[in-house]
Amino acid sequence: MSDINDQPTRRDFIHVASVSAAALGAACVAWPLIDQMNPAADTLALSTTEFDVSGVQEGMSVSVVWRGKPVFVRHRTKAEIEEAAAVELSDLPDPQTDADRTPRPEILVLLGVCTHLGCVPLGQKATDPKGEWGGWFCPCHGSHYDTSGRIRKGPAPTNLVIPPYKYISDDVIKIG
Amino acid sequence: MMGRPQKLIILLLTVLVTVPIATTARSAESVAFPTQEWSFNGPLGTFNRGELQRGFQVYKEVCATCHSLNFISFRNLTDLGFNENEVKAIAAEFQVEDGPNNEGDMFERAAIPSDMWPSPYPNDNAARASNNGALPPDLSLMVDARAGGADYLYALLSGYHETPQGKEIGEGMYYNAYYPGNQIAMPSPLVEDGVEYGDGTRATLVQQARDVTAFLAWATEPNMEQRKRMGVMVIIFLLVMTGLFYYSKKKIWSDVH
Amino acid sequence: MSSPKLTNPVARWIDHRLPVFTFLHHEMHEYPTPKNLNYWWNFGSLAGITLVIMIVTGIILSMHYTAHVDHAFQSVERIMRDVNYGWLIRYIHANGASFFFIVVYIHIFRGLYYGSYKAPRELLWMLGVVILLLMMATAFMGYVLPWGQMSFWGATVITNLFSAIPLVGESIVTLLWGGFSVDNPTLNRFFSLHYLLPFVIVGVVVLHIVALHRFGSNNPLGIDVRGDQDTVSFHPYYTVKDMFGLSVFLTIMAAVVFFLPNSMGHPDNYIPANPMVTPAHIVPEWYFLPFYAILRAVPDKLLGVLAMFAAIAVLFVLPWLDRSPVRSATFRPIYKIMFWVFLLDCVALTYLGAKPAEGIYVVLSRLCTVYYFAHFIILLPALSVFETPRSLPRSIGKSVLGGGNGIPAPAPAAAREKP
Repeated sequence: MSDINDQPTRRDFIHVASVSAAALGAACVAWPLIDQMNPAADTLALSTTEFDVSGVQEGMSVSVVWRGKPVFVRHRTKAEIEEAAAVELSDLPDPQTDADRTPRPEILVLLGVCTHLGCVPLGQKATDPKGEWGGWFCPCHGSHYDTSGRIRKGPAPTNLVIPPYKYISDDVIKIG
Repeated sequence: MMGRPQKLIILLLTVLVTVPIATTARSAESVAFPTQEWSFNGPLGTFNRGELQRGFQVYKEVCATCHSLNFISFRNLTDLGFNENEVKAIAAEFQVEDGPNNEGDMFERAAIPSDMWPSPYPNDNAARASNNGALPPDLSLMVDARAGGADYLYALLSGYHETPQGKEIGEGMYYNAYYPGNQIAMPSPLVEDGVEYGDGTRATLVQQARDVTAFLAWATEPNMEQRKRMGVMVIIFLLVMTGLFYYSKKKIWSDVH
Repeated sequence: MSSPKLTNPVARWIDHRLPVFTFLHHEMHEYPTPKNLNYWWNFGSLAGITLVIMIVTGIILSMHYTAHVDHAFQSVERIMRDVNYGWLIRYIHANGASFFFIVVYIHIFRGLYYGSYKAPRELLWMLGVVILLLMMATAFMGYVLPWGQMSFWGATVITNLFSAIPLVGESIVTLLWGGFSVDNPTLNRFFSLHYLLPFVIVGVVVLHIVALHRFGSNNPLGIDVRGDQDTVSFHPYYTVKDMFGLSVFLTIMAAVVFFLPNSMGHPDNYIPANPMVTPAHIVPEWYFLPFYAILRAVPDKLLGVLAMFAAIAVLFVLPWLDRSPVRSATFRPIYKIMFWVFLLDCVALTYLGAKPAEGIYVVLSRLCTVYYFAHFIILLPALSVFETPRSLPRSIGKSVLGGGNGIPAPAPAAAREKP
């Protein structure tokens, strides 16, 4: 009996139209239900951080929280800057010059998140292992970064990310 | 043959269900107050930006000395028609506490758009102590939090009259024609020409009452316009879908006897 | 159980090992349904869909809600102001609770009118009453979560009902609160249970449907199905009819959600909870009002609480109170009148529950309460003895109404379908 009753439903335009309307309605309802998981208005409003870099001593690193993640601000020594600048681009898995990575050579600003799977690399504290190239070392899966935060060895595919930032005065950077 | 009784039953049920709901929504002991025409009334109502900006000025210059606006942040003011630089300038007029800094101390800094509207008092007890024991309520939800909503707030703000003969008013209380019990701890906040509007509107007491009420309606539900706009489209869509399924149903059932 | 003709080889492979398609085909497609069901039968599936809407929006709200007395109110306002479409989802959930009760109450009164609780559907009915109880508990605890004034004082008053129990009452209330007043531990457990109970409801709904499919739907004539000529397959006949009903329902619900979203709420719940100040006039949500009226109608604390619970408990034994073998009120002239009087009584109780407990309202509440119980305990059993039902038609398909009341022989029962 049911098979016979199925027949008219396939042919009729009106049934196609009503089922399409229901499907369209369901699709429209889905969007708010998904979009609610995106950052809320108050979260988006908090997405910039300001930081005074003059407080960071030469040879020291400081971690700043930006969007819930650490940003590394390192006041590099002369030796570290020279070391970073001297590297041949052909030696790098992800070639990029040191000058491209920081507008002020002595202040390096990096997103402190390993590009492999998101751990925070070691190297901020004086006692931390800094890896074979004297930059940072990610303990999760053994990625080594140099003094410019570039990947040199290990599973991470790219250099440590430079967050969007600018100097809003001589010593204050605005991240985000 | 069953059409009419069924319709009657549906009508009856609708009335029976809605009447008690409508009566529960009204508080029993509140004083009757006149209804007003608001731009934000009705299914297509929107806010009037000029009214909102004037109302914001009244809130900022008059109400904000005692009443907090906890759920509004400076960035929300772009809804009133201010651009981002204007919002930054408004925020910068206020100092907010931040910290701790690297030395571990809290410090004051100029507010930025993402900051919430600063409260006039550090806590409720301080607010009570400065106001003769009465707590000035937060204003961010006033229109939804009072039976009668905007009409009531307007009536209250413009309802400070001479105390009628024979009415006893307690120490530190004021007569208000529309406040439940007619005795209110807040003195009349608005005075004729108490603020100077930038757009040339004359700041009469009722004009200020109207403007600040509209502003509070916005503060209560900043998403109201989006809600109503979306509602119109959703209802139109659902009516079309209802029509389609009505004919679908009729067609499918046409072979059943 | 016949198998559907599956053309997709993957579907056939799966169905051979796990007959989900056969099951769905049997229970939803070919499931024979009386062909004379009227629109009052839409409210069952409507209730199911509303439950799904409530669960989906509820899960989403819980992603943004904080169950802590210091943050609950604020987190709800953050949902309303900052979360993308948060206002929409919360308004659907808040008003959805009211619509859920409207739908379920209509569903219940339909069952009362057409005698759907009678043999062999007693367990089906009783499972439905269990669902109602679970809904009430869920709705009550959900209303506490925004931590407004009505939330707090509603929780205080309702949990205090248990203090009426002799000897152990006070201890039980302390246990429910997890403290010496309604406070953070109370809010936390209410949130936990408010999240759990809807899934318990889903479980009981499944049992409700299993019991329904055992004997199939009752119908407006209240007579048993005699064969294929009395039924149509559920799909497409009732799927399309349910979709039409759903569209109408959603239109009405959307009108409230988008244009009157706070009309069924109380202004005091937009004031943060304050344990020091009780609002002047506290009322429960409208769907609890009849029971609230019964509670207040009884001057004794313990008896009042018992009466309130008895008002629902009596529904469990309804199949044995109404002994009349005829199901549908269509053929029970006196019961039909009694049904409408009872409905009016319930509406009156709803109205009285919202009024202050003073003067004429108290008297009327008592009269209505007495009538509520008299209806079940005295009038219905008596009616089973005294009422002479009209003669029943022989079958749904050829519903020749007995007694020759002038309707021509092949009067189509489906004519009742017309909205």
